[in-house]
Amino acid sequence: MDIANALVVFLNFVFIPAAAYGAQLALGALGVTLVYGILRFSNFAHGDTMAFGTGTVILLTWGLQAMGISAGPLPTALIALPFGIALTALLVLGTDRAVYRFYRKQKAAPIILVMASVGVMFVMNGLTRVLIGVDEYRFDDGARFIMDVRTFREMTGLPEGLALRSTQALTVGVALVVMVALFWFLNRTKSGKAMRAYSDNEDLALLSGIDPERVVRLTWIIAAGLATIAGTLYGLDKSFKAFNYFQILLPIFAAAIVGGLGNPLGAIAGGFLVAFSEVAVTYPWVRVVGYLVPGYEPSGLMQLLGTEYKFAVSFVILIVVLLFRPTGLFRGKSV
Amino acid sequence: MATNRQAASSSSRWRAPVLFAVLAVLFVLEGTVRNSMFSGSWNTSLAILNMGLISAITALGVNMQWGYAGLFNVGVVGFLAMGALAPVLVSLPPVEGAWAAGGTRLMGALLVGLGTLAMAKLAWTRTRSGIATTAVLIAGFVAYRWLFDPAVVAIEANNPARHGNIGGLGLPVLLSWAVGGLFAAAAAWAIGKVALGLRSDYLAIATLGIGEIIVAVMKNENWLARGVMNITSIPRPVAQEVDLQNNPDFVEFASSWGFAAAEASGIWVKLSYMSLFLVVLLAIILLAELALKSPWGRMMRAIRDNETAAEAMGKDVTRRHLQVFILGSAVIGVAGAMMVTLDGLLAPTSYNPLRYTFLIWVMVIVGGSGNNWGAVLGAVTIWFLWIKAEVWGPALFALLTAPLPDSAFKSHLLDSAPHMRFIAMGLVLLLVLRFAPRGLLPEK
Amino acid sequence: MSDTTFGNRGNRDASVVNPKGRGTIDGTRRSGPLGPGQAGDPFLIGEAMTGGYGKGADILHDCTIAVEQGQIAVIVGPNGAGKSTAMKAIFGMLNLRQGSVRLNGQDITALNPQDRVKAGMGFVPQVNNIFPSMTVEENLEMGAYIRRDDIKATMAQVYDLFPAVAAKRRQAAGELSGGQRQQVAVGRALMTQPKVLMLDEPTAGVSPIVMDELFDRIIAIARGGLPVLMVEQNARQAMMIADKAYVLVQGANAHTGTGEELMKNDEVRRTFLGG
Repeated sequence: MDIANALVVFLNFVFIPAAAYGAQLALGALGVTLVYGILRFSNFAHGDTMAFGTGTVILLTWGLQAMGISAGPLPTALIALPFGIALTALLVLGTDRAVYRFYRKQKAAPIILVMASVGVMFVMNGLTRVLIGVDEYRFDDGARFIMDVRTFREMTGLPEGLALRSTQALTVGVALVVMVALFWFLNRTKSGKAMRAYSDNEDLALLSGIDPERVVRLTWIIAAGLATIAGTLYGLDKSFKAFNYFQILLPIFAAAIVGGLGNPLGAIAGGFLVAFSEVAVTYPWVRVVGYLVPGYEPSGLMQLLGTEYKFAVSFVILIVVLLFRPTGLFRGKSV
Repeated sequence: MATNRQAASSSSRWRAPVLFAVLAVLFVLEGTVRNSMFSGSWNTSLAILNMGLISAITALGVNMQWGYAGLFNVGVVGFLAMGALAPVLVSLPPVEGAWAAGGTRLMGALLVGLGTLAMAKLAWTRTRSGIATTAVLIAGFVAYRWLFDPAVVAIEANNPARHGNIGGLGLPVLLSWAVGGLFAAAAAWAIGKVALGLRSDYLAIATLGIGEIIVAVMKNENWLARGVMNITSIPRPVAQEVDLQNNPDFVEFASSWGFAAAEASGIWVKLSYMSLFLVVLLAIILLAELALKSPWGRMMRAIRDNETAAEAMGKDVTRRHLQVFILGSAVIGVAGAMMVTLDGLLAPTSYNPLRYTFLIWVMVIVGGSGNNWGAVLGAVTIWFLWIKAEVWGPALFALLTAPLPDSAFKSHLLDSAPHMRFIAMGLVLLLVLRFAPRGLLPEK
Repeated sequence: MSDTTFGNRGNRDASVVNPKGRGTIDGTRRSGPLGPGQAGDPFLIGEAMTGGYGKGADILHDCTIAVEQGQIAVIVGPNGAGKSTAMKAIFGMLNLRQGSVRLNGQDITALNPQDRVKAGMGFVPQVNNIFPSMTVEENLEMGAYIRRDDIKATMAQVYDLFPAVAAKRRQAAGELSGGQRQQVAVGRALMTQPKVLMLDEPTAGVSPIVMDELFDRIIAIARGGLPVLMVEQNARQAMMIADKAYVLVQGANAHTGTGEELMKNDEVRRTFLGG
């Protein structure tokens, strides 16, 4: 039994990719859950907001690169990110002013906001297409690896290698910082608490002197920020293709619902749960098993499902959780 | 007061015919006028109309679910794809050697798969033991894969360049339209059983998921419909253009109307399709309207308008919702089967949710939630705009950018002009929601 | 939650819509200008108010409610008399077609509810009057949202007034008992340091013992110098503690007087107090 090699293979092919993907999903799900908690509808335009935000970040990155500005070992996109967030936030705030505010004023049923978000989704999809097109782009620059396979082998003498791409480490790092900051904001600051109060009881928040429009604006700004960060990290880690951002909507919704819609902690847990399950179920375990059980040579790949069916995994988790815990994994505290 | 009401009802009585007439004029213009906005070709006009009619049937299915029961189905693309499988599996000629290679084993695997789910359900309801249920699922999964994998390998190895799929039954293609409805209904039953039985519905997310999964299955299971290699030779229920062109009677008939044979044959084929589609469309509308006026329909509306009261009166709301969800999905499935028949092609990569789910939703909302004629009007109108926006967008951009000097920016704008139709559709939906939220033809 | 656009469609689907905590007050409405008060006004007065919700029929007809500095005023009346509506009208939650609301020498008729809070009105709704997922302490902090000064002293006063909730300050308010929730609700309103406290049926749905205790607390608040205006279902108890009582019938003033006077009034006794 060769635990060291099995562990290296597991870390390299399952744990590290899943952690990075989980961080991206968690950030996306946080945005969805915030909007659900405070504006009280599921925002179908969230995936396209991510795409638009990432698109602006890429354009800005190209601009910076053309000017010869770089962030050394880090991707240039990190410098562009704050500006991308600002532009996306402006667009989203404009959308709220032009579309959603009208229904809020009327106290319209939330389903109308859902329908409106479908309209916004079309518009944003079109904007992203006009902005950057439908092609696939890679925009990661800077150092490629923190640890590459050869260095690892030389260091440890193991036949199996372990690679840690800088984008993966960056994804997890940035996501952790953003999550801690968001929780600090929601639980410790007056504005954050006002957002939670508004989510709990809109009328009473108003009767406490909380300006509902300010809460809504803050929510949109944070959601735009989360979407842009999640989208940029996803694009750095994999690549940018506008349509993929539309498809990622399903795992993001699944993560948010699994964790209990409206619950930020649940969104994070849901994001990682969905990501780890997706990777674990679609990974061919044959090499890990080969190291753990010497002499055993399975005929197949020991892959539960083809990678094309990763969406099925988030779906099955969703169904199982809904069947056995209809309110999601976490109850109680909500945004 | 009385005169007011009369005025309102008389204006609404004329509203539908007027709007349909306007739409008809658009199609006539498309067929006859040749300028920067219209093609002046009856072939184009009828092609748009035929796809519009299929969209209309899809929209009718969605409208049953949304309009009658308030169910929000965002997996339309999946149910269309489900229906699209039917012509492939029913009316394609059988593939030589496919069944012998692994047909029985494959059927066995599918039966074991379904049996496992049923057993797991039984184990859970009888014992309430998570361990027993999981054990059943694992054992079933292992058995399923043991049967399934070799069968698939064998079938896909059978003449992979031309076939590699299980093949069809060689039955008439019109029959497959009904089977497409059944396929979609089966999928709807499975998903509705789960998503509608919960304390509150989770139908939107469940249908979003099932839609993605069905399309993924269609893309990747080559034994089923050759996956991304596409199926191209789906039998046609109408004459072939080539046969018509070779038929001297037809050529003479065409020239008597002043058409060239090539053009006339295209028009003839499209008119034949149109008649078939119209028959299906009218039959579905008729059935839908009759159902809505029946006691069943009255109950559906009562449930939709006040669920709590209906529940208190002992109506099984979940069951009714499941029924209407299955019926609506079946209609969508029929549309899916009709669509591949019209195209003569099953190309799974083209099943994009934006186009096949959300655009259908734009049609339903624009047409008028709960109004069947509204769904038809909305579907054909939106489809017309969707197709023409691809032409009008660049034309408009060319006009707007004409004074600009040639530059990278100008060429980027011109290149991206076809994408304007997404923005246009979004704006249409938002404007309708804002200024006529009940749609072009509001429910009575 | 029916709506004219889509009827009841889609509102059952929890994966797309969140019905929890939805509001009814239009938070986007801007305030109009303040006007001058009138000489000899009571501290708070809603005078000759006529109006209803949205574009609906009028519920209030020429209704006048007032409360003097340091007093308790109660609004009583049969079900559907417009008691709560009168309270909401004073708070700016419905459209007044006629009449005015004046507070502390200023005409506040054009202010939206948020700005009335800032002008010194504290309001405790009848239901949904706490933030259930937030802790008791956070509930009180939210009450003090508009304040920029140190709120510790006020919080200590609230905890002194309601020792039962002080012990549960770190617990989610939604997990408390009915009586304790009401205490949190009143405490939240007190945290704004209002100039007048308005309570909409504070004792609805609590046990008689808790009710007595709540009345004691309300009297204590009023004796501390804060005028209290409240709607009460239990007319007899309410009149006993009232300095001024308003009996409403069908949205109009039927009887007005001190609590004692009205208790002695035969008609009031016969109709509302059960002989």
